[in-house]
Amino acid sequence: MAAAIGVQVVRDRGWTPYEPANAVLWLRSGALAKRLALGFDDLAADVYWIRAVVYYGGRRQVAANRNYEHLYPLLDLVTALDPQFKAAYRFGALFLSEPPPGGPGRPDQAIALLERAIAQDGDWEYFEDLGFVHYWWRHDYISAAEWFKKGAARPGAPSWLLGLAATTLATGGSRQSSRQLWTQLLGDVDSGYMKAQAEHRLKQLDAMDAIDQLTIAMQRFRDRQGRLPRSWQEFASAERLPGVPLDPTGVPFVVNPATGRIDVSPKSTLWPLPAEGGK
Amino acid sequence: MRQILLGGVAVFRESVRDRVPYSIVVFAVLMIAASYLMSQLTAGQDLKIIKDLGLAALSIFGLAIAVFIGVGLVTKEVEKRSVYGLLTKPLSRAEFLLGKFAGLVMTLAVNLSVMTIALYAVLFYAHVSASPGLRASWEAPAVDPRMLIAIVLIFAELMLVTALALFFSTFSSALWATLLTLGLWIAGHFNSDLRNFGAVVDSAPVIWLARVLYYVIPNLAAFDIRSEVAHGIHVSASHVGYTLAYAALYIGVLLTASATIFSRRDFK
Repeated sequence: MAAAIGVQVVRDRGWTPYEPANAVLWLRSGALAKRLALGFDDLAADVYWIRAVVYYGGRRQVAANRNYEHLYPLLDLVTALDPQFKAAYRFGALFLSEPPPGGPGRPDQAIALLERAIAQDGDWEYFEDLGFVHYWWRHDYISAAEWFKKGAARPGAPSWLLGLAATTLATGGSRQSSRQLWTQLLGDVDSGYMKAQAEHRLKQLDAMDAIDQLTIAMQRFRDRQGRLPRSWQEFASAERLPGVPLDPTGVPFVVNPATGRIDVSPKSTLWPLPAEGGK
Repeated sequence: MRQILLGGVAVFRESVRDRVPYSIVVFAVLMIAASYLMSQLTAGQDLKIIKDLGLAALSIFGLAIAVFIGVGLVTKEVEKRSVYGLLTKPLSRAEFLLGKFAGLVMTLAVNLSVMTIALYAVLFYAHVSASPGLRASWEAPAVDPRMLIAIVLIFAELMLVTALALFFSTFSSALWATLLTLGLWIAGHFNSDLRNFGAVVDSAPVIWLARVLYYVIPNLAAFDIRSEVAHGIHVSASHVGYTLAYAALYIGVLLTASATIFSRRDFK
């Protein structure tokens, strides 16, 4: 047995197995997949779901050249086989909306997926997610507020959803309402990926708050010295900061030496920061 | 009745000797391995997938037992010619057949019981190892007694499949009986399509034939409430009651037909 394992290890070092162009999706028709599943639709949905998680989860971490072409058809197939598969709708919509390189950047497909979920069982969480996609990715605060409001009217919806609709309508695109949205999502979801996304976005908002404070201090330094600081150390010393300003992940902020604009470092996982939308 | 029970016990003992319970061990190992792997691969959907996989495994293992052993109950006796000796004993051919059916149903009941215990053990482990927050997010509790309703319907479906296998084996070879039983099992999961034939076909005789087939072919899709149970969706008591009554009546018809055919069969 040990010899067999040894041979396998040697073989694997020098052999790359053939990978077909379409490695994830053999079938595209949900109706056909349902027929072929012979009544085991849920199990077939699980198999496709695991394939999606393994393939795209793995690719997210290692592949530089990501191809998300099959993600939507795959999620479409999973939800056709198991129309109650809540994680496929919610996790899928979040992933579909994510811009490259983290995702395909297709909020339109996320919206289509969530609208199908709503037609299926009308759970308030799908309304929240749909409002979220409109809010965060499309900067369409009127549509976002409408979906939050519709969600608030669903059975079992939490009371804060109506407040979120009002905040979105009044101050959509503001950092305060964005923070409220991500904080609610963080407390609301059970998927590790979605929680990590919410935590990541909240850290980005914290970094943006810190940049605002540093920009004020930078302007003060400039007014006083008539130039930009030569280093963070000089700036920190002049402004009596405890040290080099770090973003919430512990990476120092960077300053554009020509303009004095402060941003997170491209080395930080928070880079690039999202654009702030305006009404 | 006593003769039937004795026959049933004999079949049960034979199935144990045929190493049928080994399937349970395979199932248990599969379940335990799956539960550990799934939590790493499914982005928080491990509980749903354990339930789906567990209930599907119950059905598939049970189906394999019902078809392959069910078909062999009569055909093996005929092929080995041991049926001559059995029929000289003081029991009627109908009692012989019902004993075979009862024995396989006993085997299925024991197998399903052990598999159910294994499934609940894995689900209990999932329950105790989950945080209260994660538990609150589940659509249905891990150790959900409602899953037993799905398992009862799986058992009823398997009894019906056993009766089908027994019926076909009374007048055909083992290969044909297997093919016919599996064919009807597949058709039985799709026969709702026959009901809707009128929507796609204009020919009245074809629609009529499709409608007749819809009622004659066993409607096995009704027994499948695995999805509802895994998602914590309510299943009405009337649906369960009607489906069990349907199974009882259909099995009754099949056993009566099997006994009639077997009683008239000439083994010379």
